[in-house]
Amino acid sequence: MTPPVLEIREVERRFWVSGGAFKATRALSAVAGVSLAVRRGEVLGLVGESGCGKTTLARMMLGLLKPTSGTILFGGEPIETLDRAALARRVQPVFQDPYSSLNPRKSIGSIIGLPLRVHKLGTRAEWRQRIEEMMDRVGLARRLYRSYPSQLSGGQRQRVAIARALIMRPEVVICDEPTSALDVSVQSQILNLLQDLQRDFNLTYVVISHNLAVVEHLATRVAVMYLGRIVEENETTALFRAPRHPYTEALLASVLTPEPGLGVPDTHLGIAFPNPLEPPAGCPFHPRCPHATALCAARAPERHSFDGAIAECHLYDEIGVNEDKLVIR
Amino acid sequence: MTALLAVEELHVEIPLALGTLRPVRGVSFEIERGKTLSIVGESGCGKSLTSLAIMNLLPRGARRTATRLSYGGSDLLGLDERAMADLRGNEIAMIFQEPMTSLNPAFTIGNQLEEALLRHRKVARTEARARAVYLLEKVGITAAPERLRQYPHQLSGGLRQRVMIAMALMCGPKLIIADEPTTALDVTIQAQILHLLAALRREFEMGVILITHDLGVVARIADRVAVMYAGEIVESGSVEEIFARPLHPYTQGLMRCIPVPGRSRRGEHLGSIPGMVPSLIGALRGCAFSNRCSHAFERCAVESVPLREIAPDRAYRCLLSAEACARNALEAAAQ
Repeated sequence: MTPPVLEIREVERRFWVSGGAFKATRALSAVAGVSLAVRRGEVLGLVGESGCGKTTLARMMLGLLKPTSGTILFGGEPIETLDRAALARRVQPVFQDPYSSLNPRKSIGSIIGLPLRVHKLGTRAEWRQRIEEMMDRVGLARRLYRSYPSQLSGGQRQRVAIARALIMRPEVVICDEPTSALDVSVQSQILNLLQDLQRDFNLTYVVISHNLAVVEHLATRVAVMYLGRIVEENETTALFRAPRHPYTEALLASVLTPEPGLGVPDTHLGIAFPNPLEPPAGCPFHPRCPHATALCAARAPERHSFDGAIAECHLYDEIGVNEDKLVIR
Repeated sequence: MTALLAVEELHVEIPLALGTLRPVRGVSFEIERGKTLSIVGESGCGKSLTSLAIMNLLPRGARRTATRLSYGGSDLLGLDERAMADLRGNEIAMIFQEPMTSLNPAFTIGNQLEEALLRHRKVARTEARARAVYLLEKVGITAAPERLRQYPHQLSGGLRQRVMIAMALMCGPKLIIADEPTTALDVTIQAQILHLLAALRREFEMGVILITHDLGVVARIADRVAVMYAGEIVESGSVEEIFARPLHPYTQGLMRCIPVPGRSRRGEHLGSIPGMVPSLIGALRGCAFSNRCSHAFERCAVESVPLREIAPDRAYRCLLSAEACARNALEAAAQ
């Protein structure tokens, strides 16, 4: 098996939140003990509700945020031993909103070429050539070289963001909600482009999205996050066919596929996403879980792994899957 | 059954320095009590302006014309602002996309909920409060009396959207216009909010106009669907018909664009619609979709295309015959 290009070991990230005047600050664990391994050429999907810690995790993978504890290894080396420029050459982000992530006062050519200038790679003439080649590759007309972001549509802007991320030929691209701000017909074009680029450049993606259909389409593996922890991780097809964690099951049940007559499913989840400042005792999911027992409220479940899959749930005991307890399919 | 709301030949025009922008061009539809009509389309297709035009809430400078705009038999076109304000929030209520921005941060939830009822009915504040508590519980909010004292920033996005729905229901409206009510929310919360909306529609026999770009939402909640493109309705029909036999090339294109777990394959391309929406400034010649349509021929660029009704409640706007359109869909699916 290929070694992981990106490995996360027991990473935790706490933020200190002011409790108000005269009150003590409190710790918020945005990421509470996450371990993940992303292999070269893999597309890892990261899903979960807002506030579950996906973006904090992504920022740590990009080296923009230091973990409170735990280690992140990039190509086997701890991320803090790599200097910022060296890391930026190997891992690049694509953000959600192409309206706010591009400098409105810079031309398209200059935005895409900025990494080349920062890293002082090649000559000015070579920059122009590399930028234009990259523009061709992401489907931007060369005549847009001197245009400004305000003159571009949302889809074109996202292509600019992708071109900027890829111009350094990074190994890993972290896509945080890459198509959420786009229209349906534009979303499909960007998804197709991301898929082609991944194959052609042998890229590794971490795709963060709340749109499970998008994740199912792009990702080879999926990790489900809940309150700062990965509660389930599995190969995409297996996860979608047979979710093991009740939370994954509820997430999948909420996907509204375009099939008339099925109505809107009732997820039985309740509306209350718990306050991350006061996470529930025991299993953090138990207040919303339809299968919760007394044990779930008392003790946090351990991580169970089987055939490369992981689930954190009391429905699985130490010896593996207990078919009798397997209420969920 | 007579229509609750009837819209005929609705146009919106906005004069700009470059010429007149025509974001809504001849939109007609009807909605009955207890039914959900979904207006679906991408950004800039005129779906939100259509709803604002009905409510007479268009931005300043925008002109609205229609041959008919009637609500429960009475004409909305002739109403002055005062009479329209009596209808808004009372008979017709709106739910907007962003619960973060459409609630007033300076007032408590209770204050804002009660205001709707106090504005339209002669009721005591205690009575308004009782109704607010009743409706908050109805939309699944626990500890409702305490919630009334909270401010919008103290609630999560899902709770705020529930508050918006409760607020829309305060006066027992007969028609609800929901503009992207779940777009800003998580999938789990989206499912819950839509579930709730569907249940409330049944219980109170309301008409619902649901404006969205999400075909999944449309399929699960709508009775009838109107697909809009570049300010026009390009196709309409029952939800079953639209999804089983989409006729307009744009509708067919949209359906091929969306990834569907289990149906679309990883590594394979999703369908896409090349090109861009034409500018709606000035006069538009021919079919608005012709520059992006793979089946376009010479006549498409020059002839105006009427909405053709092929069955009661089933219409599409294309020069090709319905048979040819259906055949094109099959061929595209086979590829």
